Amino acid sequence: MAIVYTVAFFLVHATPGGPWDNAEKPLAPQVIENIRLKFHLNEPLWHQYLLYLQDAAHGSLGPSYVNTSRDVAEIIADFFPVSIQLGAVAMLFAIALGMPLGTLAAVYRNTPVDYVAMGIVVLGISIPNYVMATILVTVVAVVLHWLPTGGWGGLLDPRVVIPAVAIGFRPATTLARYLRTSLLEVLGQDYIRTARAKGLSGRGVVLRHGLRNALVPIATVSGILVADVVTGSFFVETITRVPGIGRYFVTATTGRDYPVLLALALLFGVVIITMNILVDLTYAALDPQVRYG
Amino acid sequence: MAESSPLEAPRPAAAAPRRRAPRSAGSRARQRFAQHRMAVVGAAFLAAVVLAAISAPVSAPYRYDRQDLFATYQAAGRAHWAGTDALGRDEFSRLMYGARVSMSVGLAAAVLVLAVGVPVGLVAAYFGGTLDLLLMRLVDIVYAIPYLLLVVLLQTFFTAFLPTIRHGPLVWLHALNHDTSGVAAIVMALALVGWLDVARVVRGQVLTLRHREFVLAAQSLGAADGHVMGAHLLPNIAAPIIVMATVLIPTFIIAEAGLSFLGLGVQPPVPSWGTMIAEGIDSIESYPRLVIAPGLALAATLLSLNFVGDGLRDALDPVAER
Repeated sequence: MAIVYTVAFFLVHATPGGPWDNAEKPLAPQVIENIRLKFHLNEPLWHQYLLYLQDAAHGSLGPSYVNTSRDVAEIIADFFPVSIQLGAVAMLFAIALGMPLGTLAAVYRNTPVDYVAMGIVVLGISIPNYVMATILVTVVAVVLHWLPTGGWGGLLDPRVVIPAVAIGFRPATTLARYLRTSLLEVLGQDYIRTARAKGLSGRGVVLRHGLRNALVPIATVSGILVADVVTGSFFVETITRVPGIGRYFVTATTGRDYPVLLALALLFGVVIITMNILVDLTYAALDPQVRYG
Repeated sequence: MAESSPLEAPRPAAAAPRRRAPRSAGSRARQRFAQHRMAVVGAAFLAAVVLAAISAPVSAPYRYDRQDLFATYQAAGRAHWAGTDALGRDEFSRLMYGARVSMSVGLAAAVLVLAVGVPVGLVAAYFGGTLDLLLMRLVDIVYAIPYLLLVVLLQTFFTAFLPTIRHGPLVWLHALNHDTSGVAAIVMALALVGWLDVARVVRGQVLTLRHREFVLAAQSLGAADGHVMGAHLLPNIAAPIIVMATVLIPTFIIAEAGLSFLGLGVQPPVPSWGTMIAEGIDSIESYPRLVIAPGLALAATLLSLNFVGDGLRDALDPVAER
């Protein structure tokens, strides 16, 4: 975490300029000087680094260069909940699509079912989420008129569907691909043969004995899935006009709002690390051999 | 694609004469590739895209920035094969120029990443020690941050920083970036993060080979370390490296289009498929084809690259599990 912060801090502060560098409407040098004083930009870099760290420890993530009436913490409080909700729905969709897809592909290996499932997987790998989002908007909203093209109305609003599917599709196929490989390996094990020999039904064996064991190695790729959902939100929230933190991050990059950029990069780091810790803990639930503490 | 013969001799005894085999490893690989129907279709499509990209300045019906404000949002027709956009620019020509950006970013970044990653991974695994330790630490750190997030930050830095280089030894970078409308900055941002991945994979491959008999034999015959690495280890990891390159190129193309989509990539009016999608979104309700055309071009190219990658993997690595 400290490393993410340090890398992001120096990268952002090494970036010259700011939103006040406007070629068409240059500001007076004195104004720029005042702005620089206000944001401590004339202090030595290490001093700025410590200053920021100190502020962050007190819960203040600094001001926004562009949106001067609010600070970064307020911006996060406003926009982050939307992204959490959208991310959660996207993740649910990814699991709901990816798990059956991977399981079916493994159980009906080398049959048309497998080929169709793997075809979907190839599509998922090849179609970036921003293309997926535009295709969905075009088909579902523009041609079929089932849903509006964008906007946000909370978790239960149907407008959540397009962005969630667009973000979740790629993670779903990643999940399916790894699950298929992992399940194929598990299904070849002796204990599966034992279970079958005991006369258990095919479905029971796959679900109870196979899937549970196959999920353990899957947990390791969940980091990829979370990263996919986070970076996917940059694009998809922009396309579908979801007022989330991903879209705000994009606005901050193009608007050169560096303190916001830095704080959001940190936020994404925290989200990903937290998710990975949660996943590690679910290991213990899936695999009794793993014990913590 | 599969014809570069010296690379396809993944037999341990690369130095030994491999004579009178019924068919060379290369031709067998080519045959296996040809049996992969989707890979052949993909390769054909890619060849067309590459051809369009290279020949765009000559063969494109219009220049990418030629506006015709009396003919905006035209439907596809004889004058404009894929219609025109909001400024009356020919969509088909812009797609061709967009292929130029995608292909050059994908290839340049892949070449750069391999040029750095392969030697570093090779040396780190061969000698071990501090360099190896450092490399693995660095990999651990970078893996904790999502690739695209890091690239977006780097790209933000480069786009603001490169134009400020007015003198000094790095002026050429500024010029290069300016002349390529920002492509150079993208390639640098992508490569700066991407080489670590290559180094990691190469390191893993070399570690499994380092104590094999043929390496030992070469060393005991007095071969210099450089010779062992270049003549004995490198040919043996060539196949996985080629396969890896086919995975890297689509990643880079996706990232470039993504950056351009966000407005961080190629500078307008030079078209990138990413910027074209972004521009098309403004009018998606009335003219969805302006989004669909670049989106399809991108998806079809990425699909083809994936198929070719699969085909190459099966051709070069016949024992791979499937």
